[in-house]
Amino acid sequence: MGAIYIMWLREVKRYFRSKAQIIVSLGQPTLYLLALGFGFGPVFAKAGAGNYLQFMAPGVIGMTVLFSSIFSGMAMLWDRQFGFLKETLVAPVPRLHIILGRTLGGATVASLQGLLMLIVCLIAGFRPVQAHAAGTPGSHNWVAVPVALIFVALIAIVFAALGASVGSTIKDMQGFQMLMNFLVMPIFFLSGALYPLKNLPRVLSWITHADPLTYGIDGLRGVLIGSWQFNYGWQFNFMLDLCLLAALAAIFLTTSAWLFSRIEV
Amino acid sequence: MIQVENLTKTFDQFTAVKDISFQVDAGEIFAFLGPNGAGKTTTIKMLTTLLRPTAGHIHLDGFDPWVRQREARQRFGIVFQDPSLDNEQTAYENMELHGILYHIPHRVRVERIEHLLRLFELWERRNDYVKTFSGGMKRRLEIARGFLHTPKILFLDEPTLGLDPQSRNQLWTHVKALNEKEKTTVFLTTHYMDEADRVAHRIAVMDHGAIVAIGTSAELKARTNTDSLEGAFLALTGTSLRDEAASSTDAMRRFAQMWQQKR
Ligand SMILES: Nc1ncnc2c1ncn2[C@@H]1O[C@H](COP(=O)(O)OP(=O)(O)O)[C@@H](O)[C@H]1O
Ligand SMILES: [Mg+2]
Repeated sequence: MGAIYIMWLREVKRYFRSKAQIIVSLGQPTLYLLALGFGFGPVFAKAGAGNYLQFMAPGVIGMTVLFSSIFSGMAMLWDRQFGFLKETLVAPVPRLHIILGRTLGGATVASLQGLLMLIVCLIAGFRPVQAHAAGTPGSHNWVAVPVALIFVALIAIVFAALGASVGSTIKDMQGFQMLMNFLVMPIFFLSGALYPLKNLPRVLSWITHADPLTYGIDGLRGVLIGSWQFNYGWQFNFMLDLCLLAALAAIFLTTSAWLFSRIEV
Repeated sequence: MIQVENLTKTFDQFTAVKDISFQVDAGEIFAFLGPNGAGKTTTIKMLTTLLRPTAGHIHLDGFDPWVRQREARQRFGIVFQDPSLDNEQTAYENMELHGILYHIPHRVRVERIEHLLRLFELWERRNDYVKTFSGGMKRRLEIARGFLHTPKILFLDEPTLGLDPQSRNQLWTHVKALNEKEKTTVFLTTHYMDEADRVAHRIAVMDHGAIVAIGTSAELKARTNTDSLEGAFLALTGTSLRDEAASSTDAMRRFAQMWQQKR
């Protein structure tokens, strides 16, 4: 237990010590929110689809959590390079505890980032609303915020564990670059963070359904803006999203633990 | 305490350690001497669960380190040849993290951390980030950390690399004291003949992955008809230069691996 705690603490400490990093990593999602949210807003509204900023805010919150958590797992590359990894590899504790502590630490940090992004969204004019009949704006629903944090945490754990699996496998920067281009960006763009998943071409629809982030975004959006706005709230439903993400978290955690236990240096 | 039989490690095509066997008794200080690239670090990595041997058997205090990893790991401490500190944490936090990973109870931990940091003259800097330390200070911190959990077997892979004579002297004095007081078994590698001569009970000379001689310093000198360990070493391993300092090329190779796809 001590090992899990101390590895978790290490991640959290590192987060609070790099204040510049906190701000910088909120920059990109904020840019998406403002540029796309306000830029596409008029088109979206003209198409009769409602308020794009409202639609998109859960998407950029999910984006923030995705990037932050996957990077935390890949920080293993740096620990390998600077040698600290060895110290944890020879420690007389199950490697499962080491990787669990790291992953939960990364997930905690990513959740905090998600929470900050939610605040940014609120400042930009986003409001969580109650489910209502189509077309009529719902009333503000602040209870949705803590419920949404469940999904923030689940997304964080799923992708921190995925990042840790990758970090336990690849050893070089080139592999890391490839992964960014061929894994993280597609996960983001095919998740429904930026556009509704209704009425997509069939193949694209299949791909989006295979993207874990889709269910995280759906959970966030469903909880935060309900079924207001022409049913662009829930694509699936609360229980499905919750169970699927929990199952994926378990699978990825197990995978990362297995891969980590096999590391040789 | 350490038993090694027919140990071999092959990377892809290259055999770094070739069929070596030796034994280290409890309470002994045993030194591995050898030119760069001889396979010393690779041997230590296999002994400390970081590398899986290609062939052969290892027993640490009766445990096969690859099969009974946790039991083996609890028994040894290691100072790696390459850095292994967390640069983003303070000296104290690095010690604390180690103490927790090795299950040292809180009260003992606090006491021993202070004792060791004072001993290695780092106490004043305990709350500074490791990234602000000089090379020598980092080395001292790693050594202090290796002592923290009073291991039964202590592995020291070129521990004095980059240390000034004062720190080297202090380190060996402390290693000898630990060995005498707590009967800690010590397995070390070094480039400095005088160090091996001074502290090691027995010495193995390694070259090109194989052990070419084992014995006390006196035995090695007698066998080679030389009057210094350095003379014996050169007689055993030849005077030709090796393909450049492996320790620095190791670092470069690792760095290169980071940036290029390894094929
Ligand atoms: N991971 C590895 N892959 C390929 N070759 C390696 C690896 N690690 C070490 N070697 C090679 O094995 C040889 C022995 O290295 P090492 O054990 O570090 O030597 P020493 O510690 O005695 O200087 C060197 O030639 C080194 O380049
Ligand atoms: Mg070496």
